[in-house]
Amino acid sequence: MTNSLYQKHIVSITDLSREELELIVATAASIKTSPRPNLLAGKVIASCFFEASTRTRLSFETAVQRLGGTIIGFADGGNTSLAKKGETLSDSIQVISSYTDAVVMRHPQEGSARMASEFSSAPVINGGDGSNQHPTQTLLDLFSIYESQGTLDGLKVAFCGDLKYGRTVHSLAQALCHFGAEFTFLAPDELSMPDYLLEDFVDAGITFKRAEDFYEVAHEADIIYMTRVQKERFDETEYKQIASRYILTAEHLKEAKPNMRILHPLPRVDEISTDVDKTPHAYYFQQAENGVYAREALLALVLNESI
Amino acid sequence: MVEKKKLQVEAINTGTVIDHIPAGQGVKILSQLQLLGTDSRITVGFNLPSQELGLKDIIKVENRLFNETEASEMGLFAPKATINVIENYAVRDKFKMSVPEKLDGVFECPNSNCITHNEPVQSSFTVKERNNNINLKCKYCEKSFSKDIVAGL
Repeated sequence: MTNSLYQKHIVSITDLSREELELIVATAASIKTSPRPNLLAGKVIASCFFEASTRTRLSFETAVQRLGGTIIGFADGGNTSLAKKGETLSDSIQVISSYTDAVVMRHPQEGSARMASEFSSAPVINGGDGSNQHPTQTLLDLFSIYESQGTLDGLKVAFCGDLKYGRTVHSLAQALCHFGAEFTFLAPDELSMPDYLLEDFVDAGITFKRAEDFYEVAHEADIIYMTRVQKERFDETEYKQIASRYILTAEHLKEAKPNMRILHPLPRVDEISTDVDKTPHAYYFQQAENGVYAREALLALVLNESI
Repeated sequence: MVEKKKLQVEAINTGTVIDHIPAGQGVKILSQLQLLGTDSRITVGFNLPSQELGLKDIIKVENRLFNETEASEMGLFAPKATINVIENYAVRDKFKMSVPEKLDGVFECPNSNCITHNEPVQSSFTVKERNNNINLKCKYCEKSFSKDIVAGL
């Protein structure tokens, strides 16, 4: 039977059903324990990074190579016909997709991946479109949650830091709506979860609340999903007052449940103190490693009718 | 005795009458008509007495016959209004407005970083109504905006 992700564009996490999310997570788990070095044999994948990226680009490229595929592409849009000759993105994608079996792309403008999918003859996989979506980050987040908790259903997930602009937070919360999660939010008022998403959570029957500090969060959560409160969102005095309240330390974790794990999309600056790294709750480096397995799973499913 | 019937806004020979617009929304529809690029003669009545609404606005556009798609675009601002298409002083077509599910190529996306501003694609919004608020979500950048922001009002 053909898997439902075969030849599908992966633009937004909201395009994926619960069953598809579960299939990707299960495939990632299977590839992690039993590598499949031939799943992309003979396939050429374009890696088009019109905007710089470290983890996403390198983990995609690692994933392709571990599955036996080959990569063409660029790590920075500055040297392409778009930048040098004023070619439109839609023209570039039409040409690149005619050379390859799939196009992985990151672009600084919101909507670029959806637009590209309308012009591409090969599946487009969104590696981040401006502040909008970054679906493969959500897939590796889900895989890390599943791996550390043994389930995706009915978990208590706390989102902390910048919940207004953080696209990883939005996408993960949208994905968890399929799994009956309970959300807790810890964020400065200026960076709280947008109303349109809260409305979606209500529609999905998700319960959520706000917390006052990390002690309250750590006490109840199965997963703490950390993000950084960025300096540029505030003036300097305001930032100094706010930032210290959103730094997680080992001290906050004394009452944490044994199964609780901390995730972070990285890069971390100072929002997780390094003393947390040594606790059994830190999971962000395993999570980053899981980026390769989640992307392997996705590429394998998009490019093979069945695996 | 001859019944004395006086029209609140003069009748038109040929054109479109948008009636039963909730008072206050007429201005928005007018603005929308300009967005649609019309140069027709337009007669308007604001705050006219209405049995159903208390007060209503009415707009008459001469020599321009609206189709159902245009009616649905207008429905964003007055979902309960009626559109009468008039020919030779008689009603040829009558549509009840409703909130459209989708709006393609009508408004620009308010997000200045949306890809629709510099690539050859039409804007496209899905329309969502909740608690009497109407929001439009861009198909490309996935951002949601209130209808007034999208329409630039």
